[in-house]
Formats: sequence, C-alpha cells, structure tokens
Amino acid sequence: MESPAPTTPLFEARGITKIFGELRANNNVDLTIEQGEIHALLGENGAGKSTLVKIMFGSLQPDGGEMFWLGEPLAVRAPAEAREAGIGMVFQHFSLFDSLTVAENIALSSPPGENISDIAERAEMLATQYGLPLDPTSLVGDLSVGERQRIEIVRCLMQDPQLVVLDEPTSVLTPQEANTLFETLFRLRDEGRSILYISHRLEEVQRICSTATIMRHGKVVDSCDPREETAGSLAAKMVGADIVDVVRPALKGEGAQILEVTGLSSFADHPFATALKDITFNVRAGEVLGIAGIAGNGQGELFARLSGEEPASGGSVKIDGSECIEHGVTERRASNAAFVPEERLGHGAVPVMRLSENMLLTHHGEDGVTGGGGLRTVAGRFVAKAAQAVVSAMDVRKSSHNPPAASLSGGNLQKFIVGRELVRKPKLLIVNQPTWGVDAGAAAHIRQSLIDLAAEGSAIVVISQDLDEIFEIASDVAVMADGHLSPVEPVANMTRERIGLLMAGQNASEVAA
Amino acid sequence: MRLELHKRPVASTALSYLAPVIALTLTLVAGAIMFALMGKSPIAALYTYFIEPLLDPWSRDQVFFKATPLAIIAIGLCVCFRSGNWNIGAEGQYLIGGLVGATVPVLFPAFSSPLLLPIMIVMGMIGGGLYAFIPGFLKARFGTNEILTSLMLVYVAQQFVDWMVRGPWRDPQGMGFPGTKQFDDSGILPNLVGTWDTHWGAVFAIIAAVAFWFMLSRTLKGFEIAVLGQSPRAGRFAGFSARQMTIFAFVVSGAMAGLAGISEVSGSVEKLDDKLSLGYGFTAIIVAFLGRLNPIGCIFAALLLALSSIGGESAQIMLGISDRATRVFQGMLLFFVLASDTLIHYRIRLVGRTPAAREGAV
Repeated sequence: MESPAPTTPLFEARGITKIFGELRANNNVDLTIEQGEIHALLGENGAGKSTLVKIMFGSLQPDGGEMFWLGEPLAVRAPAEAREAGIGMVFQHFSLFDSLTVAENIALSSPPGENISDIAERAEMLATQYGLPLDPTSLVGDLSVGERQRIEIVRCLMQDPQLVVLDEPTSVLTPQEANTLFETLFRLRDEGRSILYISHRLEEVQRICSTATIMRHGKVVDSCDPREETAGSLAAKMVGADIVDVVRPALKGEGAQILEVTGLSSFADHPFATALKDITFNVRAGEVLGIAGIAGNGQGELFARLSGEEPASGGSVKIDGSECIEHGVTERRASNAAFVPEERLGHGAVPVMRLSENMLLTHHGEDGVTGGGGLRTVAGRFVAKAAQAVVSAMDVRKSSHNPPAASLSGGNLQKFIVGRELVRKPKLLIVNQPTWGVDAGAAAHIRQSLIDLAAEGSAIVVISQDLDEIFEIASDVAVMADGHLSPVEPVANMTRERIGLLMAGQNASEVAA
Repeated sequence: MRLELHKRPVASTALSYLAPVIALTLTLVAGAIMFALMGKSPIAALYTYFIEPLLDPWSRDQVFFKATPLAIIAIGLCVCFRSGNWNIGAEGQYLIGGLVGATVPVLFPAFSSPLLLPIMIVMGMIGGGLYAFIPGFLKARFGTNEILTSLMLVYVAQQFVDWMVRGPWRDPQGMGFPGTKQFDDSGILPNLVGTWDTHWGAVFAIIAAVAFWFMLSRTLKGFEIAVLGQSPRAGRFAGFSARQMTIFAFVVSGAMAGLAGISEVSGSVEKLDDKLSLGYGFTAIIVAFLGRLNPIGCIFAALLLALSSIGGESAQIMLGISDRATRVFQGMLLFFVLASDTLIHYRIRLVGRTPAAREGAV
C-alpha cells in the first residue's frame, strides 16, 4: 500500500478539545486517517489517546472540534452511532459481562434480531479465520485476560467496520500470535479498511504502521512515518526526553536460596481454570526469574499459590528457608515476601479507596501500622506518610493530594502498586505482568526498580507475557504451558523461537537449546 | 438541551454532608404537592407530620421510643451491608433475640436478682447472633444466597415465637390470651425518665452508635469490612477472609437485632407476647441506608423515620390522611436520599447541542 492516497481521508478530526475539570485531556487535536492505512497513535499513558478514541467512538462528547467521515461531517453521540458509521473499537479495558457467555457478550453489541446461535457460529468462524480461537459457550468470568481480548477483537470484526481502532492489542499475545494478528491487520488493510493502532511497543509500530501521530499532554506533538524513525527517536517524541535504558548489573556469585518451590500442584477450581502440575523451581538472591507463557496457561493460578491467596493441593513452597505452604498471604508477607498481582483495579488496589488506604492493603500486618492493643486502630497519619513516600519514590503523577486509586492512569497506579511493595525491601518479590498496559516511561521505571532490588540481594519472580520485558530484565527463564513449568535456564540459553515453542507446550527435551 | 452527569475526579465532601439536607427538602416539596393534590393544606399537613410531634411531650417520647429499636438494628446492619452481606432477616433475629432473652424469666419466674437483666440482654444478643449465624454459615460454606435464607428465616421465627407464646410458654392465668407471664421486676429494663415509654434501649443505641462508628472508621476491622465489601478480590490479596467476614457480619448484626428484641420485650411489653413483630427489622434496612451506612447517621435516620410515622398517625387522626400517605412519604424520602447521593460523585451540567450535533447527521 505504498501508492499515494488519491482519495479523501476516511476519517478526520479537527480541533478536538475535551476538558475534565482543570485538565485539558485533549487540546485542539487534529487526526487524519487515510483509507487503507495502518495508522499508529502513540503517547504515554495520560497523553490523551484514550480520550480521543472515546470521542471518536461516541462514548465521550467533545467540548469543541469537528469530525469528518469521507469528507462529510460526522456526529457520533453514542457508540451505536459510531458502529453504524463503520467505526469498530477494541478497548484496552474490556467492557465484558463476566456472568455471560462469549456469544452473549458479542450479541449484546450486535444489532437486534439475529439469534444467538447464529452469532455464536459467525463469531467462531471469524475467530478461526483470524487465528483467535474462542469457545462461544464459555463464561467470560472464567477466561484469562488474553482470551477476553480475543472476544473484543472478534466482537469488533463482527460489525464489518471500515475503521478498526485497537488499543494495546498485542500485550497479551505470544510473538507467534502477534504475527497472526498482524497478518489479520494486513488483510483488513488490503481489503481497503483502515486501522488506528494504539501501542507502546515501538518496534511493532515500526513494523506495521505507515503513519504515526504522537500525542503528549493532550496535544498532538508530531506526525511521522515510523519506518523512517528509530525506536529511540519515537520514544523521545512520546515522552519529550530520552528514555533511560534499563541497566542490568552483572550477578555477583551465587546468592542464597530465597524461594524453593517443589512439586507444587493445584486442582482446577472451575471448568476453565488450569490445574498446576508438579511445579518445581528455585530462585536465589540476586536473580530475576522470568516466567513466560501465553495467557491462561496457569500463570494466575501459580501466582495465587505463591502469594498464598489460594490453597495448593500439594507440594512445598519455602520462603527464605521456612515452609510456607500452609500460610496465608499475610503470613507470607511477614516472612518478607511481597506480591504484585496482574489486575491493578480490584485486585492490587480497591478502586474507590484513596492511595493511603490502598497502602494499608498490603502493610496492615507491620509494626507501627496498627495500635491500640486488641482494638487494632489504624495509624492513619503513619500510613498516609508511607503512601506519600511511595508516591515520591516512584514519581507517581496524580491530580490531587490523596486521590482514589481509580483516578490514576494505568501507568501511575502500577508504579504505586509496585512501589508499595518495594518500600519494604522484600527478600522475595513476585510480580505478575508488571508493565501490562503501562506506558514506555513508566515501564522502564518499573523494570529498573525491579533490577535494582535484585542487585540489592532480593530474589524476584516476574511472570510476563511480554518477551521483550523478559529478555530485558530476567537473569533466568522458565516457560509455563498448560499448568507445567519448563526447567529454569539462564536467559543466555534462550531465544525467542525456543520460548515460543515451549509456550506452545513442547517438551524442553524436544526443544534443544 | 439536556442534562448530563459528569463524574467528579474526587467525591465532593461538602455535598456528602449537604445531600441528606437536599433530599429532605425535596421530600418536603414533593410531599406538599402530594397533600395539595389530595385537597389538604400542605402547610397544615407538613406541620402535623414534622413539627407537631416535636412540640408535644407525649409524641416526643413516642418518637424516641420507636426510634430506639430501629437505630439499634440499623447500626448492626451497617456492618453487614458495608461488608457486602445482605442480611434481610433482622426481623427474625430481633424476634429470636426477644425469645431467647426471655428464657430465664419465663422458665424461672421466681428468680429475682440484679443479674437477671444482664443475663437476659446477653442471652438475647446470643440468640439473635446465633439465628443470624445460620444464613451466614450457609453463605460462607455453601454459597447460598443470603437474601433468601435470611428472609425465609424471618417467617420461621414469626411462626415459632407465635407457637411458643400460644403453646408451651403461655401464661396459664392469662385468660387464654397468647403471651408469657409478666417478668419479675428485676428483669424489666427501666424507663429512661419516670413515666416515659422510652427505655434504656435508647442509651444502648447511642453507645452502640459510637462504638460501631469507631470500629468502622478507625480500626483495621473496619478497613477489612470496607475492603471486602467493595472489592472481595483485593480483600483476599490483603489477606482478609471473605468467609470469616460473612459470618462475623451476620453474627454482629444478628446480635444487635437480638439486643433490640430483648430491649423491647423487657423494656416495653415486660413479657413475651404475639405482638413483638412490628416490622422494625425491615424498616431498619431503610434506616441503615438513609443513615448512609454510618452508625451515627443511623441515629438521625431512625429519629426521622420514627417522627414521620408518629406524625403520620396524628395526621390520620386530625386531618384524615390515610396512613398509606406516610408510607409514600417514607418511600419518597428514601428515593430522594439515594438520588441526591449521585451529586456526591457526579456534577450535573445542562448541555446545549454538541458541536458534532450542530453539524447535523451525515
């Protein structure tokens, strides 16, 4: 699609402005999407990308500006009108009902009239065609994040849209799966459709997008051809400064065994859960173990057994030499372990509660936090001060002094949740998807702080679907597939292809280094 | 032109205090319109409802008297509702509290001791707590819907108390009326002031309000209740047990309902009879929400609902307004309170035609 576009642009926004209270989330934003192009929208978290996209989709009304569709004025007062016009959306935060099946969720956004088994059939067909396997009868509540995203993509394609907006689509896919998705996108483009592609993964943007619009602090700061830029120059445009590369110090000798997991197993609690099968691995002080794998292969289940949120059916978990398998999460924290779960809102933090209250969530078992003897009164000022310390240590940007967790952008909340665990200088830190949906600047900050913690002699387990992340920070790698964990190997022995094969469930012995 | 709700970045503190006042004002306006439509003078009707009972000492006593059980039950329900457990069966726990609390004076009528009243109160609380333990345990252990089980147990309790006062526990000298023997004097909760109907239960309500407010707002237990109520998964991550919380919340709210029950039995009727179930346990649900699940707020909410029902009685006598109007009134009050709460989190804006709309549809 190198030919110059002779046609009118498919979509055009001029001077879009949206104000929330004091904040100009979108300030006079222009965006032009040509027919049949893959157009990247780049920017840090909080730059205003999501706001712009919500305005395009009619879920927000702009305070000023105009939009055009094929040169004609376009009014989008509700998502249904956007879909009718031909705009399809795959949101970063899924809008799915947990208690409904995949097919029912898709039917909810379909025009009325079609019966649900037809929808299920069509969805399954589209899903297979685009390499996004889905069982239409599964309950969404039982699915992993990765599987939920597939529903969103398929649901969008069901509408046969002219313009497809994808918000961070590859963050939960394996390299192989991402390649399939790109092929899907190329096919859609070759059919004459346009794609607005929002991502923080610059190398992806360079690979598949022909135009990039870059936003910072609510304004469009640049527009360029990403193929003519380097990842570094794109990142610099996004954050307005050069991003510091993560520095990984060399390991100094063999540290002490901090985490010893032997034969850890669990039953599947519900039909779509993955049972853990005889998981064994050790992590030493100073090591960062990266656990790779496709969403839904037991990573969430493993995290819950390592943190003690869910009981295991067998095996042993030793933290710093003492057996913890029977212990709950509070006791494991007392053994100097710390945990960062995958979901920020609703798992790592209570959305409506203020940062200081969310601080208490994982620190209530510590000295000085509660007093009053048996009454266990909360030392509010002490906790608030600790929360402020996390905020300044991690450079968490927020709109007021002590805001509710839900009002922070994803990247800033993640910095807070990670920082909340770092302040206690844990001997063992277990993190699930540390930078999922987090902007490049915040991700680099979080990764560097994990590496720094390891350098100070802590053991770290990073469960991640992001291979770039694993190669960037892990000293050792293991791969999860269907509840099994492959043997741990030094990162130097691993290649992307080999990890990809292990992800697909092949035996380590078959996948020779 | 249309109204739009805009979410505030941070909940408004000023409005969280103002919202109940706004709600009350709107209720009064809507009530005045309702009375005008009924052909009654709105001023006279509102005066009879809300002012007159406060001027007359007897009515004032009745307001306190009725507010007492409502407040005690609602305070317990705050814990339950805040933790995300839906105890709809406070009426049953109130009855069983009254029944169990009455065991000693009924079975040992000769037992007269300063210990009798404390024993009755403790047993009443244990009775209510254990009765609430049933739906709590069923939910924690088997995932049963607690709304259904707690509600069904109300009917069980009503029939059981009715059978007890007509059968095994009926006073043989009671002329065949259902009810136990009058309690010994040492088993009677004294009135607050000489001839008042309001008894020491009112003091229990105030002590409980302060104690529960402290627990909910200042202690780790209160934090645990709030976290598990808002985000069970985050609660589990914090190391709190949702199952234990369900049982705790049910037992605590049941014990409070039991306290209200035995206070009514020993302070008002002075024996157990078949007229104990007056719906306090259900009205207390409204009180708890009207008081915004805040124990101190529950005291004011209980007074307001008691005032409107005493006022409703006199409006019925003096102005011939049906007692259904009182229920409509209470319904409107709850409606406006819940609606005004929206203002705490949202800002209302009157919006003209949007720029996009001005361009016209394609």
